[in-house]
Amino acid sequence: MIALKQLYQGFRDPETIHNLAKEIALHAAKHDGNIYIMEVCGGHTHTIMKYGLNQLLPDNIEFVHGPGCPVCVMPKERIDHAAILASQPDVILVTLGDMIRVPGSQGSLAEFRAKGCDIRPLYDPMDALTIAKDNPDKQVIFFAIGFETSTPMTAVLIEQAEKQGLENLLFHINHVLVPPAIDAVMADPQAKVNAFIGPAHVSVISGAKLYRPAVTQYGTPVVVSGFEPVDVMESILRIVKQKVEGVAELDVQYSRAVSEDGNLHAQQKVDQYLTIRPHFRWRGLGPLNESALMLRPEFAHRDAEVIYRDKLDVADIDDHKACQCGDILRGIAKPKDCKVFGRGCTPETPLGSCMVSSEGACNAYYRYNGV
Amino acid sequence: MADNEKTVQLSHGGGGKEMNRLIKSIFFKAFNNPILASEEDAALLHFEGQAAFTTDSFTVSPLFFAGGNIGKLAIAGTVNDLAMMGAEPQYLSCSFIIEEGFAIKDLKTIVNSMAEELHKSSTRIVCGDTKVVPKGCADGLFINTSGVGRVLKPQISVKNLRPGDAIIVSGDIGRHGAAILMAREGLTLESELVSDCANLWPVVEQLIACNIEVHAMRDATRGGLAAVLNEWAGASDVGINVEESKIPVCDEVKGLCELYGFEPHDLANEGTFILAVPGEVAEGALEIIKRYGHCQQAAIIGHVEETHPGKVVLKTPWGSSRYLDLPQGELLPRIC
Repeated sequence: MIALKQLYQGFRDPETIHNLAKEIALHAAKHDGNIYIMEVCGGHTHTIMKYGLNQLLPDNIEFVHGPGCPVCVMPKERIDHAAILASQPDVILVTLGDMIRVPGSQGSLAEFRAKGCDIRPLYDPMDALTIAKDNPDKQVIFFAIGFETSTPMTAVLIEQAEKQGLENLLFHINHVLVPPAIDAVMADPQAKVNAFIGPAHVSVISGAKLYRPAVTQYGTPVVVSGFEPVDVMESILRIVKQKVEGVAELDVQYSRAVSEDGNLHAQQKVDQYLTIRPHFRWRGLGPLNESALMLRPEFAHRDAEVIYRDKLDVADIDDHKACQCGDILRGIAKPKDCKVFGRGCTPETPLGSCMVSSEGACNAYYRYNGV
Repeated sequence: MADNEKTVQLSHGGGGKEMNRLIKSIFFKAFNNPILASEEDAALLHFEGQAAFTTDSFTVSPLFFAGGNIGKLAIAGTVNDLAMMGAEPQYLSCSFIIEEGFAIKDLKTIVNSMAEELHKSSTRIVCGDTKVVPKGCADGLFINTSGVGRVLKPQISVKNLRPGDAIIVSGDIGRHGAAILMAREGLTLESELVSDCANLWPVVEQLIACNIEVHAMRDATRGGLAAVLNEWAGASDVGINVEESKIPVCDEVKGLCELYGFEPHDLANEGTFILAVPGEVAEGALEIIKRYGHCQQAAIIGHVEETHPGKVVLKTPWGSSRYLDLPQGELLPRIC
């Protein structure tokens, strides 16, 4: 039997991490100017801050913490949707973990739960099927969030609801896509990013091919990386080597899980039930065309946005004026440049998207950095 | 109890015959002692010198978990709070709030584990109360225990940490929180993980008997190791440095944390405590603690210093460091 330790030990080995740090410094010394690496995914932000990897790097390597935290990018009006739905009579709202504590304009879902709304966090989305079966007189609404990683789970859930004829299981879809977020970051003329660490789990589903257009269009290296500290350090080394050589290529460090094409079966399932949403407003980045998904029209009978249309007429709600999340996501500002960071804006009372979840840049800085 | 009584009824809380039968046949039988048996309106106690007094309510769900149940927890929890103040746990009060329809069989099992746990520290339940509430007004069973004890080792305090102190943890961390999560989330994982729920008085009594100087002592319950260290750093206005690689964590807890995205130092413990002792007595204290079966993993994990007052810094095995912050909000599984 494999011991747990054997699974992660190598990926957190102090000597390997030390050696990689030395290698990175050696190569980075040959590079003129700064390397601004955006780790697109919040999971990587968490790894970098939690393991203090930024402290091991030379001065000319800087991280720009990207928009890949599904909870953080959810605008307030969408969270309000969840709260409104949960407040309807005979509704059970189910959603994934973190979403429960993110504040909308009227409070977080946890606060609405305390007021008596039936809101349940799930670990496994499939549990929604059981809840729907056990409560035939209630409408069970799955508030679906996440990037390409979690979308297939929603697709399978819709499939099962259809197959099992569970008419009381509805969906409010907030699935978002990585490439349009990268495009939004790079569209800013002030954007400094000149290399990317590609997401891990997103790439398992979508395949490394997802980033080919970015490599070509922006001439930046993209290295798809695993989530462990050795993974991230090795990916940084690969980025630095490309920068020194003056090339921009797509490279997969996380080759133990990521292929060029990804999980085609999962992609097909997503395509069967979901389709591109023309517009979606991102917290911090604003409205982006074709940057999210929605239910296909043939499943309108399961679409909470259609069924509760008259209740969900909520105007766009912007973040606090002092909030600099948009600039932080583009790499123009660091969390500590923001006037409200750690003062008005803390993980308990977040004013902006980056402070919301443990995967957000400001949250990670607030919790871990500054030692 | 009459054999045909399978569940607790509202009448069991009514103050009449049924209630009398429930109290006598279950509670008095298990907690038997002269003070309780005197059935006065209040227990009469004798004290000399300083006494410590504490209270705790237990609402754990599920009521039964690997390594214990709500009853064991209700005794160990309050006994441990007294022990952490250097006080010998002597007298406890005990209140039950029982939901109508609760199985008598389960109540008996719970009460028997309470009796067993009391025995470990020669503590007695000297007064109590029983309420039965209508179905839906409580989650099966809630228990409150309060406790008093004679202070044998004064001046143990959260405000008492000093630069140069060593930080000791009495065992591997996070097992209670992980065991409860596994039971609660219904994850069908195969594991031998059990809660660390234990009575800490025997080991504390030994530390006192050996005259070990203790500056601060606290059981790392809700909020785990992270909460205790942050409270100490704040209250004593000192910095605490901890080495991540020295914190004992068992494989099962690590595995669960990997799955859910939790940190072992945020998870609750019910039989693991943290001590701050002068650096020079740390090895001696560790040796004493390790003699106890549930403390074999005890370790010196860090030290107190003057820099960064109010903050806890965790050093990684590769030389970087970060703040070890207080856990925030309810523990929720990560999304991806």
